[in-house]
Amino acid sequence: MTARIGVVTFPGSLDDRDTQRAIRIAGAEPVALWHKDKDLKQVDAVVLCGGFSYGDYLRAGAIARFSPVMDSLIEQAKAGLPVLGICNGFQILTEAHLLPGAMLGNDHLHFICRDQKLRVENAETSWTGDYRAGQEIHIPLKNMDGRYVADQYTLDKLEAEGRVAFRYLDFNPNGSLNDIAGITNEAGNVVGLMPHPEHAVEPLIGTGRTDGLPFFTSILKKLVNA
Amino acid sequence: MSRTPLDTVEHAAATPDVELPWAELGLKKDEYERVVEILGRRPTGAELAMYSVMWSEHCSYKSSKVHLRQFGEKAPQSDAMLVGIGENAGVVDVGQGYAVTFKVESHNHPSYVEPYQGAATGVGGIVRDIIAMGARPVAVVDPLRFGAADHPDTKRVLPGVVAGIGGYGNCLGLPNIGGEVVFDACYQGNPLVNAGAIGVMRHEDIHLAKASGAGNKVILYGARTGGDGIGGASILASETFDDAKPSKRPAVQVGDPFQEKLLIECTLEAFKEKLVVGIQDLGAAGLSCATSELASNGSGGMRVTLDDVPLRDSTLSPEEILMSESQERMCAVVEPDKVDRFLEICEKWDVIATVVGEVTDGDRLEIFWHGEKIVDVDPRTVAHEGPTYERPYARPEWQDALQADDANKLPRPTSGEELKDQVLKLVGSPNQASKKWITSQYDHFVQGNTVLAQPEDSGMIRVDEKTGLGVAIATDGNGRYAKLDPYTGAQLALAEAYRNVATTGAKPLAVSDCLNFGSPEDPAVMWQFAEAVRGLADGCQQLGTPVTGGNVSLYNQTGEAAIHPTPVVAVLGVIDDVARRTPVAFQEEGQLLYLLGDTREEFGGSAWSQVVHDHLGGLPPKVDLERERLLAEILISASRDGMIDSAHDLSDGGLVQAVVESALLGGKGARLVVPDGLDAFTFLFSESAGRAIVAVPRSEEVRFNDMCGARGLPATRIGVVDGDSVEVQGEFALTLADLREVHEGTIPALLA
Repeated sequence: MTARIGVVTFPGSLDDRDTQRAIRIAGAEPVALWHKDKDLKQVDAVVLCGGFSYGDYLRAGAIARFSPVMDSLIEQAKAGLPVLGICNGFQILTEAHLLPGAMLGNDHLHFICRDQKLRVENAETSWTGDYRAGQEIHIPLKNMDGRYVADQYTLDKLEAEGRVAFRYLDFNPNGSLNDIAGITNEAGNVVGLMPHPEHAVEPLIGTGRTDGLPFFTSILKKLVNA
Repeated sequence: MSRTPLDTVEHAAATPDVELPWAELGLKKDEYERVVEILGRRPTGAELAMYSVMWSEHCSYKSSKVHLRQFGEKAPQSDAMLVGIGENAGVVDVGQGYAVTFKVESHNHPSYVEPYQGAATGVGGIVRDIIAMGARPVAVVDPLRFGAADHPDTKRVLPGVVAGIGGYGNCLGLPNIGGEVVFDACYQGNPLVNAGAIGVMRHEDIHLAKASGAGNKVILYGARTGGDGIGGASILASETFDDAKPSKRPAVQVGDPFQEKLLIECTLEAFKEKLVVGIQDLGAAGLSCATSELASNGSGGMRVTLDDVPLRDSTLSPEEILMSESQERMCAVVEPDKVDRFLEICEKWDVIATVVGEVTDGDRLEIFWHGEKIVDVDPRTVAHEGPTYERPYARPEWQDALQADDANKLPRPTSGEELKDQVLKLVGSPNQASKKWITSQYDHFVQGNTVLAQPEDSGMIRVDEKTGLGVAIATDGNGRYAKLDPYTGAQLALAEAYRNVATTGAKPLAVSDCLNFGSPEDPAVMWQFAEAVRGLADGCQQLGTPVTGGNVSLYNQTGEAAIHPTPVVAVLGVIDDVARRTPVAFQEEGQLLYLLGDTREEFGGSAWSQVVHDHLGGLPPKVDLERERLLAEILISASRDGMIDSAHDLSDGGLVQAVVESALLGGKGARLVVPDGLDAFTFLFSESAGRAIVAVPRSEEVRFNDMCGARGLPATRIGVVDGDSVEVQGEFALTLADLREVHEGTIPALLA
């Protein structure tokens, strides 16, 4: 028995097949979900992957957030379904108000693609159990609109509650407040981050590191042990 | 453009004396007369529109095709070639049932006019060529040439081009894995924006651009047709910009990568269900090109109802609809009983799809508007039987003087200190500096199959997850070499790309090219073109790598001043297992550095002569393609058998440039000793071809030496990977920190 993890494809999703591969490498079963379909096919967890859903027109994630699949997803995430939002997926989660704050254009106004150093700040979420708090990892980052912002009250609350899950180290690639790379909701089942763990799961591919694999093994362990 | 009454075929036959604006549409008088002769009457406005775009230089290759024939005539025997020149892109067998299609095209003029959209739609166009062959696009590469790095206009053009390539390619989910960026004043006003793409498919999925089977439906799908890019192909690509005709300028198309991403997915889904008989993308010359090529390549004729074309602007005339170059459109030929399913798939992906015509059992392409026939032509005369020019060509009179101005006679550094200064100057010069500021704006991770990406010698993509089968691609082209000697320059471009593929461990298989030159109406330029094509065809024959397709871009000149002849050559290679790939970066301290090949005093066209002396003269390095082949075999064997841990080809900038790059990428320095028989300057800066450096683990040294000895490849031990500086014993040492500062600081300082 393994866990079934859904990956939603929106028009303009790019990393859906990559994310399915990462789930497979971790030992779980990927399940393709379609944006027009409300049915989550009884998956145990969902990943909203990277890309440019609806071309990022209007605002990154703003249109995808109203897809039929999101109605079910928002409802079930609030009831505890583990959800990971990567890059565009993170943007969709903030647009859907499953995570606080918002993403603006990178402060340097360029797309940026790099191997990014991060610190794991919270190893207690559904998606980070296989990391140690304080662990330093490298995960590829690639985005146009990755500058995390929130009002001071929200930032203080995130920090106080340990809900900043990942922080940029050495170099802040987009001007994110408090060097925030990823956050979690109060319950720890919903996590969003800008870097792409699904692109760091095989030693030969991309940067040649596998620092992203624990995202997928973490959730698998949690689900299988549950 | 609308005329009353509608210029139907009937009307045209009845009014032979009506004057049509053939000159304004770019046709020459004798070309127009030929159209009249073919039709046996004057053309209608719509027919004239079609002939004028399809007979433009860009679409018809009328000046170049007499030379391009050599690629076919001299093509080496190759089992790998599945589809050759003439289709949207060539297709190569890479084994295990996989086929790879790849091609490079230019989008030079539009990118100068409107850098962002010009470059973006360049990516879009080449990617549609790849989809049209039946393949999933898996990577893009972008060879770029700009004016002087410190020229104000470069700061306008380059950031826009780079953002456009990134904006489009990133949004499509295609990793950008290679290409080059070169600066030279000769490209001022004529930047070269070449775009290459690779696609992968199974052998049985290969699709061709032909319309067969009477009754089959012609479906236009993708974006609506608008007024953008009307005449773009014929006018922008075929004439130099002329201030007297400003109306020709705002013809650059606007790209919508989101629409193209949907087009990719919905086309691949239709292919998977075997719904498509023939397919063609709409690029230059839009519907004129797609309908006439599909019909011309098929067995029958075609009837099209232009009223059914979905429009973005309802006021467009039929001529404009035929000429429009609106992006993100494709045309498929589908059997009648599969049309519903095809339309369903399009609807799933929110792509507009419309049946606009059908294949007939005749041999005419007939197009109707408001129920009346406005086009009635033999499609072959439009698509394939355009004019052919034997342009006069002559070796320019300045060529001798240029070659006599020998770079080997330039003053050389006389002390270690001077050498050190010149090394710093070289590795920090715009052409030799790190292009990270540019390439970090491109996604190279997406799709999760990128094994190597720039600044590696070639980009490498995994094709099969289980077996590790992969493909590699490198593009190269040195305009300075080609200016000194176009025949040799083209072969050097081929040799370098071939070597770059082999350096990463892949076996070179096939070639695509993008030939960027000045005006074919200038006999000197035409000579450069003829020589370069001859050199490339001869070279491909000798190396056994056939040319599978390519693109010609002419009229890259401002007034009398043409760009350097710039043949950009792409070489595609295959590697059985990507786990064996060889990276550029030094991996481990203590490994031994070997220089493979012969080093001669060759400085003509070199980076050193440009950076230190601002000089271009003499002869380019000699080419020895048999040596290139041997070097490639050694590099591939050494990679497969685990004898080397890193390798870097030597080209512009010479050995020192390569060592510095490997050192900076690996974060490990090198101690070098000048080998016997060479002086330090020649050792460091010569650009002799057919060379590479490799890092050999000590445990492999004997085996590696034995292999090189047995095969007759000179291999000279030149030092060791060590420390945190690059040191040339007895001459100078430079810390990696200092080298990094100049190497990585230059481009951001100029452009950021």
